[in-house]
Amino acid sequence: MFRPRIIPVLLLNENHLVKSQQFRNYRYIGDPINAVRIFNELMADELVFLDISATRNKRTISYDMVKNIGEEANMPFCVGGGIRELTQIKEIISSGAEKVIIGSYAVENPGFIKKASNEFGSSTITVCIDVKKKLFGKEQVWTLNGSKPTGLDPLNFAQLMEKNGAGEIIVQSIEQDGKMNGYNLKLTKHISENLSIPTIALGGAGKLEDLKKAFIEAGATGLAAGSLFVYYGQNKGVLINYPEKKDIQFLYEE
Amino acid sequence: MYPGVAIIDYGMGNLHSVYKKLSGLKVRAIMATTPAEVLKADKIILPGVGHFGKAMQNLKNLGIYDSLNEAVLVKKTPILGICLGMQLMANESEEGNEPGFGWINARVVKFRIQNQLKYKVPQTGWNSINICKESSLLTNIENQSEFYFLHSYCYEGTEPVDRLTTTEFEYEYVSAVQKDHIFGTQFHPEKSHQQGLQLLKNFIQI
Repeated sequence: MFRPRIIPVLLLNENHLVKSQQFRNYRYIGDPINAVRIFNELMADELVFLDISATRNKRTISYDMVKNIGEEANMPFCVGGGIRELTQIKEIISSGAEKVIIGSYAVENPGFIKKASNEFGSSTITVCIDVKKKLFGKEQVWTLNGSKPTGLDPLNFAQLMEKNGAGEIIVQSIEQDGKMNGYNLKLTKHISENLSIPTIALGGAGKLEDLKKAFIEAGATGLAAGSLFVYYGQNKGVLINYPEKKDIQFLYEE
Repeated sequence: MYPGVAIIDYGMGNLHSVYKKLSGLKVRAIMATTPAEVLKADKIILPGVGHFGKAMQNLKNLGIYDSLNEAVLVKKTPILGICLGMQLMANESEEGNEPGFGWINARVVKFRIQNQLKYKVPQTGWNSINICKESSLLTNIENQSEFYFLHSYCYEGTEPVDRLTTTEFEYEYVSAVQKDHIFGTQFHPEKSHQQGLQLLKNFIQI
């Protein structure tokens, strides 16, 4: 039977892995290819790679890096970072990625999502929406790695992306990033119940119970996390980990 | 085992991972873009991600539509279609106006989902297979094994004799087909851990 995916999200800064808190305080985690090998052994469902400095530095994620990941990975993976051309998507897909993730540029040019999904099919195009409250304000979409408020309502924007042909939406809470005290369930639910494409929850997962809530209470069919799969224990030692099948039986509950 | 496996390269994505998985199995594989390469191969893999109509057009523009028909129908070269590659083997699709190869008597339709709160399209993720008939493609693969799926369209009206596996996504649909030497999987064996590698290995050994 169909079950939701549990997805480690790995942040790339140039060619190494880092992890953030609230999109700040980047900490070095290790080598991406080594991480892929470990996730192969742990039989992870899917991997996400986001190059967090690509857009700011006006470049895209390194194709060589994508190729190296593709050679190693025994599971599907998607990559994002600085994508703003159809030719970049073509390169990334032919290097072995299943899907590309488009963030800032989807806000800047929503029509690009339409073009990209027409060219490569909806199932190839994922849009990542970063959400944060502005001081005394409402939740809104932010771009450029959480540095620029857009004033856009997260649900309205998600619906526009679905209409333009996105195949799935990652809803990321900037406030919850790295906190490991649970997803923004209200936001996730609000979006998932108003879309017919998959919603992936991201930001805040600290234990398997959080994943379960995102699936059962908030309707997310992709359960994504960073810290949960790269840290271990109270002191947050770096240790790549992934749940065993016996620990995620809740995924198979009706 | 010369001249090896031809992976059809027709500009429809994601060949690299199939190629790498075959290299890992120590299989000689080439990315085939010409009729001669298609006709020389002793196995063919037709991968693909994207739009059905565009895919058929690309195959015709490259001049390998006819040679694929000749290899499959006349030379009886074993072929494995993956994802969109499997869909192209059917008669037609709701995605675009181009006819398919028609090697498998079925049509491709968009998922007809009632409960859209629960079943989101594209189906993206892991799902299990119900094995419908014995096949060398499924040697050492257990019934109910999980594979990775990523698709919005699926087979409909498949002849019972051609059904290799079915999968449930609100309703039961055909997720793999086999008609003699013609095989297709809607799921991605190249992205499905050990069970996927086993399936590719089985195809190579046919």
